[in-house]
Amino acid sequence: MVALLALRMSHLFAVVMLAGVFSLLSALLLVLMDAVDVAFTEAAVGAGVSTVLMLSTMALTSRVQKPIKKSNLGAALAVSFAGLLLLYGTLDMPNFGSNNSPAQTHLSNLYLTNSPNEIGVPNVVTAILASYRGFDTLGETAVVFTAGVGVILLLSGLRRRKQKSDSKVG
Amino acid sequence: MQHHLILKIVTKSIVGIILLFGLYVQFHGDYSPGGGFQAGVIFAAAFILYGIVMGLDKVQEVLPFWVVQKLAALGVLVYALTGVFSLFMGFNYLDYSAFSPHHPEHGQHWGILVVELGVGITVTGVIVCIYYCFASRTPHLDDGEW
Repeated sequence: MVALLALRMSHLFAVVMLAGVFSLLSALLLVLMDAVDVAFTEAAVGAGVSTVLMLSTMALTSRVQKPIKKSNLGAALAVSFAGLLLLYGTLDMPNFGSNNSPAQTHLSNLYLTNSPNEIGVPNVVTAILASYRGFDTLGETAVVFTAGVGVILLLSGLRRRKQKSDSKVG
Repeated sequence: MQHHLILKIVTKSIVGIILLFGLYVQFHGDYSPGGGFQAGVIFAAAFILYGIVMGLDKVQEVLPFWVVQKLAALGVLVYALTGVFSLFMGFNYLDYSAFSPHHPEHGQHWGILVVELGVGITVTGVIVCIYYCFASRTPHLDDGEW
């Protein structure tokens, strides 16, 4: 509903705000599904930080979307076809919380039975992320770091060039 | 944002609480939901909130741009050096039993704490850094322009 509203609007400030609301709602959905860790992240990154980043990007460009002149029937068809395919794919998935789904039958039992003895940390998610899959998490941290370095290189490099050209003009 | 008195006061009182909650999520991550990534994001959100309301200059007095850059790298180093430490103690890379060889469980506790701290530092650094990069390119806008 919120997403549809966001699609219909042409004023970008409202669209950004609705995207934030959408993230907050999906964070609530994640809380309902007992994934509190993910809900934290969704609320802080999706609803908080990325809204701010979208707003500051919008401050650099225009506030209002260009009106669409021609209709995109082909694009609409392609999108709904892909959507139907994805829905068809979900038919094969096990029910939510079903105890003979592949996710429940292989590793998670092992983690749940062994981690109190091997790790001794009550929060199994932390035990898996930081200890059993420590290499993964190291890689993820490196990815986050690389993303930050990329943004610094892209944005602050441009700024320096701009300052140079400004000082030339001045 | 010269005249938003209520926003400023509320922000001032709430930033401390957000930072405290970030610390709780960071160091209590072994027992309750959360961990380095979440804590880093919450920490960064506190600084970004301060930056939005008080202005970029004010927040950069607290947390300068160069500090944020160093923090982002420091977190990865903390994580990777934890692994190197356990190598030197004669264990596998990132095997936290190295922290206390006689009580592997205690070692795991310490290891997870240190590693999560590394993740938290990097995430805080990177997200605040991205915010600084975006915000420093934005020209100053009056409220009416939105």
